[in-house]
Amino acid sequence: MSHTHTDQEAHNKEAMAEIKKVTIILSVFTIIELILGFWMISMTSEGLKLAVKGTIVILMMAKAFYIVAYFMHLKHEVKNLIMTIVVPLLLFVWFIAAFLWDGNSFRNLRNDYDPYFKEQATIKVEKKEGEHGAAKHEASESKHEAAAPAEKH
Amino acid sequence: MSTTTTASPNEAKLWGGGKSPFNSEYGKVMMWYFLMSDAFTFGAFLISYGTVRFSTNGWPNSNEVFRSFPFAPEGVHAPLVFVSIMTFILIISSVTMVLAVHAGKNMDKQGVVRNMILTIIGGLAFLSCQAWEWNHLFHEGAWWGANPFLNADGTASTTNFTNFFFTITGFHGFHVFSGVVINVIMLIMTLMDKFEQRGHYLMIEKAGLYWHFVDLVWVFVFTIFYLL
Repeated sequence: MSHTHTDQEAHNKEAMAEIKKVTIILSVFTIIELILGFWMISMTSEGLKLAVKGTIVILMMAKAFYIVAYFMHLKHEVKNLIMTIVVPLLLFVWFIAAFLWDGNSFRNLRNDYDPYFKEQATIKVEKKEGEHGAAKHEASESKHEAAAPAEKH
Repeated sequence: MSTTTTASPNEAKLWGGGKSPFNSEYGKVMMWYFLMSDAFTFGAFLISYGTVRFSTNGWPNSNEVFRSFPFAPEGVHAPLVFVSIMTFILIISSVTMVLAVHAGKNMDKQGVVRNMILTIIGGLAFLSCQAWEWNHLFHEGAWWGANPFLNADGTASTTNFTNFFFTITGFHGFHVFSGVVINVIMLIMTLMDKFEQRGHYLMIEKAGLYWHFVDLVWVFVFTIFYLL
């Protein structure tokens, strides 16, 4: 190490300031996400809901960037290394767009051509209480074995 | 370690041999490549969840499903509260991991030990929270192949929701578990002065990369399952 003692100290201070900054950013973004999430519970307008969901996705991407760039230190690596990692991840752009589009198209096709599928989306049902596990065991009055593994369905 | 690769006037010389083109050691580069492949695995899981959700007319409301809290009296509903605690636990344990890596760079053994212990505690706390949540959902009748929850609009729901939830959070939880195991091994190696003998704490950095990745995946899982 060719650094002098004071050099090292200044570098340390800088690194600690960066960690502090990123911690605050991640916490603030998470809190904003949660506030938006709470707000969404009582939201009725579908358009507004979609806009809030878009905002949450943007905040999620920003958090991912800060974790990868600063906590995983990728920003301070050589450009070669950054590119070998970031460029292949661009596949996700196609991956997400293609598959969500496909899913949406499949739903439209089924609503058009599968009357049963479409009908199911209009019939309201009652909630069934306790299908397995604790509820069933309580019925047979053996509460102590409630943690038994799931029954076969 | 301190090979100078930056500001080379001739780019071609970077790959001409005798230098480290990535200015990084082998293990760290391989850890990055492993994490990339893992990112695609998680990506495939989450995108298939999205595809199935997009191809279905109704879907359960996450605020209805995830509304319980340990020790809360019956009938008290607190959507998002428990999962936000889990999220903060993981963020804080990520910060302590950064501090451990930072201490390692300064050859500060005490700092590494202290922060690794905090990180391990954070990981165990997260796993406990997840175990509680899984147990709770199981007792509500949810499991692979069983979905007691209705769609948000009151229509019958398929088991897709629970299948994806347990598979993806389970796969993530398994990553947290292996991360804790790796961190414990790193802590033991630190206490045995392995890294002092080697003269560097690069292993802590690699374990750190893995741990941050686990936190990174949770950012996505948390948002997609609990918020969207």
